[in-house]
This record gives sequence, structure tokens and C-alpha cells, in this order.
Amino acid sequence: MVFLLLVAVGVLGIVGVGSLLVGAQPVNVGEALRVVFADDRSDAAVIVHDLRMPRTVLGICVGVALGLAGALMQSLTRNSIADPGILGVNAGAAFGVLVAVVGFGVGQFSGYVWFAFLGAALSTALVYLIGTVGPPTTAPVRLVLAGTAVGAALVACAEGIVFLDPKAFDEYRFWIVGDVAKPDLSVTGQFLPFLVAGVVLALLLGPPLNALALGDDLGSALGVRVARTRILTGIAVLLLSGAATAAAGPIAFVGLAAPHLARTVTGTDQRWLLPFSAVVGAIVVLLADILGRVVLPSGELRVSVMTAIVGAPFFVFLVRRKRAVA
Amino acid sequence: MTARSVRVASFSLRYSPRAFITSTLLGALLVVLTGYALTVGKFTIPVGQVLSMLTGTPGPQGVDYVFWTVRMPRVLTAVLVGVLFGVAGDIVQSLSRNPLGSPDVLGFGGGAATGAILQILVLGGGSVAIAFSALVGAFATAFLVYAIAYRRGVVSYRLVLAGIGIAALLAAVNRYLLISADVTDAYRAAVWLTGSLLDRTWNHVTIATVAAGVLLPFAFALSTRLRLLEMGDDTSASLGVTPERTRTALFVVAVGLTGAAVASAGPIAFVALAAPHIARRLVNAAGPSLAASGLVGAILLLGADLACQQVFPTGDLPAGVATGALGGLYLAVVLGTRWRKASR
Repeated sequence: MVFLLLVAVGVLGIVGVGSLLVGAQPVNVGEALRVVFADDRSDAAVIVHDLRMPRTVLGICVGVALGLAGALMQSLTRNSIADPGILGVNAGAAFGVLVAVVGFGVGQFSGYVWFAFLGAALSTALVYLIGTVGPPTTAPVRLVLAGTAVGAALVACAEGIVFLDPKAFDEYRFWIVGDVAKPDLSVTGQFLPFLVAGVVLALLLGPPLNALALGDDLGSALGVRVARTRILTGIAVLLLSGAATAAAGPIAFVGLAAPHLARTVTGTDQRWLLPFSAVVGAIVVLLADILGRVVLPSGELRVSVMTAIVGAPFFVFLVRRKRAVA
Repeated sequence: MTARSVRVASFSLRYSPRAFITSTLLGALLVVLTGYALTVGKFTIPVGQVLSMLTGTPGPQGVDYVFWTVRMPRVLTAVLVGVLFGVAGDIVQSLSRNPLGSPDVLGFGGGAATGAILQILVLGGGSVAIAFSALVGAFATAFLVYAIAYRRGVVSYRLVLAGIGIAALLAAVNRYLLISADVTDAYRAAVWLTGSLLDRTWNHVTIATVAAGVLLPFAFALSTRLRLLEMGDDTSASLGVTPERTRTALFVVAVGLTGAAVASAGPIAFVALAAPHIARRLVNAAGPSLAASGLVGAILLLGADLACQQVFPTGDLPAGVATGALGGLYLAVVLGTRWRKASR
């Protein structure tokens, strides 16, 4: 397993280097590796340092956060089609950011990230409450529907706010399409502490989540505090997906796909599934970003559009494959 | 639910007194609300004048113009679109066997929107062209969702989840289209996306009227079978319903209703979701009650449009914003009551 994880990290490294090379102006490998360590302000160095490095680093961070958040949510809800995008967490975070920016005039990441957390927390609580009341037989579908409905309500409210202010609308329509191409690393730097906290918390939760997978009763018989584990998992999800949304805007389907891809390697052991999901999430985001740069003859598709174009068929495939919803 | 029946010769019609009375009251409320909506606006037209203009007496020049070319189309569109959304929502909710299954959640709205945005941003057609593209978009999406969900028959959860997947994909496409346009076009498209009753013309009324005239009879004719389908495929088959064919027919009717509604007013959120809920609660029925749902839909949409007009008299806030916000509130209320019931 350790070897496989190293392989996955190796693949991430290769994709990361690929992300430095590919784009409107391709840079060859030797030159890219040279200018990464010696910034001589040649054309290649400017492209690599000012354009592709920031988006690669942010892409990796966001991918790690979303992959982990998705794995935690799937484990917490026992629902293999859970994803922070589908279950409305990202929509809540995005709404929080919108309220902060338009309503309170907060322009800094360090300011509006708290609004993102608050929005994500409120929408998650609402989705969870609506989605879990009632008989357990239809629970997965209900949760997904609740997420979609709450997300739709938040989008409507957000649009209500921006329609009253055309200038806000012009900013909103770009921001709401998640993207990792930012001018520099300042946002990534501010995002990093939240990411580290979320990752550490998530990795610590592996063993108790393993025990809870056996059911609440058996889990608590094995010495796991059920309520505490659930709450901590929820906090980790909020930290990861809330901060990722605040940093890059809403990006869906990464949290759905990454754990499924990881599971084909690791099986259901959360202690391995979580780190693999994080690495795979980063690979998925980078690949989507790279694809988005080359798929159009001119211009780019943003990473969130690419993840939706690739991820939605994947979601449909999962739905079709299963005989009955677990 | 106590049901009674009227028998004439060899025909019998089963009805529930409560549903009948509720629908009558809702109808009366809708008439009052419509009358109120015709009198208020940028300036007030007294009730007497409204009545005399309705009976054919021309009013003063300006008043006549405002009444017949601005207010009437808007109010009629609101009522008709509300009915279409309400009935479509009731059918889809029953077919998907899920209180949150509504045409907008299943992606028909998103598909219609993609069609319309493409028309607005790329082809640059007028309002009729936009409506037509929306209709095409809705049907294409519904066909895709149904084809994806079909595997030796369609099971409700697969339909719902396939719809959600496609809806998410379309949302991404729609947003991408919005950022690749310049700000004026994008704003126009975004207002359309939210759903608006501003600047409705008689064209919009015609679209909604034709759809209502053609599709509502089918919907009501199939409503008994819809109720039987809720008992499960085996039971309904033994009662003489062919489940798969009936479901497909109802699906087509629901998509047509939604497509026409979206074509005339944009993908207005939550009317199709909330109307059947409220109607079923009022009628106290477990199954679908199409007439009441349609009436509630009309009341909701007209009320939301009036609220937008009254609260923000200067800004032209689209009605979809009010229904979206109200829909969110309504979800919270549903949650609250269910929560109390569950803990009792």
C-alpha cells in the first residue's frame, strides 16, 4: 500500500510537471525544469512562474481538499454518490462568499473564508436534516434531492442579490464558475492553513470511521464515540470544501469521482482510502485543468466546467451500474 | 379520504368532496388575486374600470394601452404558467415517488435554459425563437434523461439521479455560456435564466394557452392511472394499467407542460416543487391532485410576481428570485413540521 501511495504521488508529480508544460504556449520539459529552479525572466520562465505554477499549486491544494471532503462525506452518509458539490455544501459556501463580498464589502480571502464556512455549515445542516428524516430505505436519493433543492434555493437567492446590482453580477458570473487560474499564490497561501488542519483532522478520523462503517452499535462497542466522530467528520468536510470553494469557486464532481477511483486500489479501508482520495483528487483537478486548456481551439474551458463535463457522465454511470441504491 | 361517486347511466365519476370544495375555494382565491393584479402596478386602475374594459368598453387611451398590452399578458402568463408548472410538478412528483422530485430538479428546466441561452447569445433570435429553443432543449434533455435511466423499464430513483447528473452538467454549460458573452447579453440571458414575467407579450400567452389546451386534457385523463401507478407496478398492472407505457405517456405530458411553461416565462424555480406539496396538504390526499396543484401553482406564481412588484417597485426584479427565496423558506417549513412529527 505504501508503495502504491508513492506511485500515486509520483503520477501526481508527473501530471504536475505536465501542467507546467501544456497550454496556449507549450514549454518543453528541459526548459521548464531549468526555469523552475532558476527564474531568469525568459519567456518560458515568465509563463511557468507567473501563469502555470500558481494554478498548478492551487489545483493540487483544491484537489486534495475536494477529494478528501468527498471521501469523508461518502463515509459519513454511507452514500456512494455523496459529493460536496451535489449535496449543496459548495453552494452554501459560495453563497456565504457572495454575502460577504456584496453585503459586507469583504474583499480578502482571510475575511470571506469565514462566511464560506458559515454558509457551508448552514446549508449542510439543512440538507442533512431534510434528507435524513423519514424511512431509511430511500435515504441516498433523498439526501441527493435535498442537496439539489437547497442548492437551487441558494442559487436563486444569490441571483436575487446580484440582479439588483449589475456590477456585482458581472463579478459573480465569473466567480461562480470555479477556476484555479489565479494571478499569484497569495490566495493559495491563505488557503493552506485551513487545508493542513482539514487534512490532519481527516487522516486522524480514518480508524474511527472504519469502525463506524460496521454500524453505530458495533462501532460504539469497539470504543468509538459515535456522535463525536460524526461531528468531527462534518467539521473536516466544512474546513476542506468551504475553504476550497472560497479559494477557487465551486467545483463539483471531484469529491464524487476521486474516492471511487481510489477505492478500486484500496478497497474500503478508510485509513488508506482517505490519503489516496486526496492524491487522486489532486490528479483529477490537474488533469481537468490541463484538458480545459487544450480542448478549445482558442481560449480555455475553466476547470469546473471540465469536471462537470467529465464528472456528470461518471455520476450517471455509477447510478446505472448499481442494481439498487445501497 | 372519503370519496363519493356520481353515476349517470353506465358511467360513474368518483370524486372527493374535500378535493372539490378545496379546488373551488382555490379557484375563487385565484380570481380575486387576478383581479387585484390587474388593478395594481406602476399606476392603479380602479376595479370598475377594469370590469368595463373586460366587457369591451374601451378605457381612456393610456389606460387602455397599459391594460391590454402590459398588464393583461403579464397576469395571464403568470396564471397559465403557474398552472402548467403545478400540474407538471404533481405528475413528476408522483412518477418519481419522491416529494422533492420536480421538473427543475430533474434537469428539464436546465435543458430548456440551455436551449434559450444558445438562442439569445449565439443565434440572437426574438422571443418566439427563444421559446421554441427552450421547448426543444427541454425535450432533448428529457429524452436523454429517460434514455439514460432506461434499463428494462425506468425505476424512479434512477430517473431522479440521472436527472440530477444531467442537470449539474447543464448548469456548468449554462454558466460557461454566460461567461463567454459580453455583460449586456449575459445579463439578459441571466434574467431569462431566473425566470421573469417582465415584458410578457401575447405571444407568451399564446404559447402557454396552446400547451394548456392540448396537454391538460391528457394529464387529467391519465390522472386516475397515475394514482394507480403509485400502488406499485405489479398492483397497478393487475388493475389493468400498463405501467411502462402509462409512465412514458405521463412523462411526455409533464415534459411538454414544463417546456411550454419555461418557454413562456423562463425556468422559474420551485413553483413545480412547492405547488403539489401545498395542494396535497390542502386536499388531504396522499396521491396526486392535479386540479388543486395547478390552481396552487397559479396562485404562487402570481403572488410571487406581485410581491416582487410591490417590494421593489423601481428595480425590475424577476419573479424567479421571489419563488426561489420562498421555495427555500418553504423547504425549511416542511422540514420543521416533519421534524416535529418524527420526534413525536
